[in-house]
Amino acid sequence: MTISKLVNVSLRSIMRNKMRSFLTALGIIIGVCSVIVMVAVGSGSQAQIKNQIASMGTNLLMVMPPRGPREANRLVMADVQKLRDESSYLSALTGELRLSSTNVVGGSTYRSTSVYGVEPDYIKIKDWPVKKGEFFTDKDLSARNKVAVVGTTVAKQLFGDGDPIGQSIRIETTPFLIVGLLESKGSTGMGNDQDDVVMVPLDTAINRLTKDRKISSIEMSVVSEDLMAQAQAEVTTIMRESHKLADGAAADFDVMNQEQIIQTASQTSQTLTTLLAAIAGVSLIVGGIGIMNIMLVSVTERTREIGIRMSVGARKRDILMQFLSESVFLSLLGGLVGIILALLLTYVMRTFMHTPALVSPIVIATSAGFAAAVGIFFGFYPARKAANLYPIDALRYE
Amino acid sequence: MAIIELRRIKRHYVMGDIVVKAIRGLDLDVDVGEFVAIMGPSGSGKSTLMNILGCLDNPTEGSYVLDGLETSKASLDEFADIRNEKIGFVFQGFNLLSRTSALENVELPLFYDHSGKKIDQRSLAQMTLEEVGLGGRLDHMPNQLSGGQQQRVAIARAMVKDPAFVLADEPTGNLDTEMTLEIMSLFQDLNDRGKTIVMVTHEPDVAIYTKRIITMRDGEIISDTPVTNRKRAADELAEWKRKHAYLAEGART
Repeated sequence: MTISKLVNVSLRSIMRNKMRSFLTALGIIIGVCSVIVMVAVGSGSQAQIKNQIASMGTNLLMVMPPRGPREANRLVMADVQKLRDESSYLSALTGELRLSSTNVVGGSTYRSTSVYGVEPDYIKIKDWPVKKGEFFTDKDLSARNKVAVVGTTVAKQLFGDGDPIGQSIRIETTPFLIVGLLESKGSTGMGNDQDDVVMVPLDTAINRLTKDRKISSIEMSVVSEDLMAQAQAEVTTIMRESHKLADGAAADFDVMNQEQIIQTASQTSQTLTTLLAAIAGVSLIVGGIGIMNIMLVSVTERTREIGIRMSVGARKRDILMQFLSESVFLSLLGGLVGIILALLLTYVMRTFMHTPALVSPIVIATSAGFAAAVGIFFGFYPARKAANLYPIDALRYE
Repeated sequence: MAIIELRRIKRHYVMGDIVVKAIRGLDLDVDVGEFVAIMGPSGSGKSTLMNILGCLDNPTEGSYVLDGLETSKASLDEFADIRNEKIGFVFQGFNLLSRTSALENVELPLFYDHSGKKIDQRSLAQMTLEEVGLGGRLDHMPNQLSGGQQQRVAIARAMVKDPAFVLADEPTGNLDTEMTLEIMSLFQDLNDRGKTIVMVTHEPDVAIYTKRIITMRDGEIISDTPVTNRKRAADELAEWKRKHAYLAEGART
């Protein structure tokens, strides 16, 4: 029996039961489609994270508390001061205190938003210009002035299209005067709105908005890229001195350069992507079991047909190949539809939902191959069952 | 020249502790051009004999030489090839593939040809269907054909590979008188052109169209007689039609 005949026979019997074939292939369609979409979304957001961090400026260094409980954080203003006084490779430096979900009241309404306590260098390090008004100065810091710079989302929410400059807002219980409006920065790869923020002088924030006087991180720009390694080493030394750590004691902070930040950030999303792809992969296997189930039914249903084919001279192998190719076709067709569906879905996501989704040819090829493998694997048992029938029994089957 | 040579054929089935002796030492020769009816009540072993003749089953003992080929030691695949090349099956229930056109049903044995010969399947199948008088119904599905027409398709399928003999199992069991006569006249026609036919039946009315009647009982042949008063099914059919036309006319007037 030639390949073209085999293709012909299997396609015909698939078309004979269109609804059933479609429902059977649906498992594979969903499986393949979700694998591709999951991986696409994962790699898309990863690419965006990288872009975003890269756009922070190339010479970024960060000191962060160690991973673990909040209580382990020992970063304080004194560390910032010591770095400012003693380091020799830094062009800009800011302590940063991040408060999420903080109530900000202004105009006739309020918003729960992020409040950052930062120093004037912050907008230099982040390359984040002020659109209107001014950013606060070192003088505001030392005087602990209650001034604030707002992001566009907050400004729009509180004051509509009106000018926020000169308006007064209340953060928790403390009143602040708005002196500047930040340029819009858009959302991050994870979908966070970066413009949903209020910035206040770091000293003011520590005094008015926290109790434990800890800060969230320290961010620095290094003078030039060649000096990154030296700068990182020096910052580490200064920080160890500042925290009075004995030689060999474990550090209670992390100094990370940009490359390391990217790694840390993408690690999470990579794990997530792998997990989601694995779940989608399970649905592919479930789809395969569906194929096996239907093929078993089909073999029973077509016992007589098998008997007829055997009586006119079909060998075991002919019957085996017929049923095997049927299940492979079913899963390949399902895979094909799944791929097309995934391409459509990711296109919609990119175009209408602005979610980054990168479809790589490797993922498509892999999932198509996997679909075929599922067809062979789960089709083999029913096909063998058909081929092992005895012609007399099959012919007599009612 | 003998096409079929059965020697001391036995077929025993083991069912638990009981051994059922379906055929107990049977000798049979069928020559080229014969038209044989195998008769007998149910349980006489004629179905078992048919399975062995059709290479669907192996005898427990004995030898079966088909067209000069010893078959009793053949493997399943060799059996499949023998069925494909040497035997044309016609069954009681037609056994056509449903939702498959007449032409494609007839093509089926060509489909499983393992000899590697180049054959124009389509035109060979078409020619065979024309020979059984269905040239105008090539694309009809079995459910669009009458019982007699379906059996003709089955006969065309049996003939398409020009087998050593045709093995028919109650070929008229599902048919009315007119269709039975049609099918029997087709068989006689094929036999006149030299085709060997072995037919299993329990209807004496049908057996008289053959040339030789073998009667079985309890797994043995109890009689083997030539048909003396052989009838021509074609003549009977013409007579039957004339009578019914007359009756129909009588009913009208």
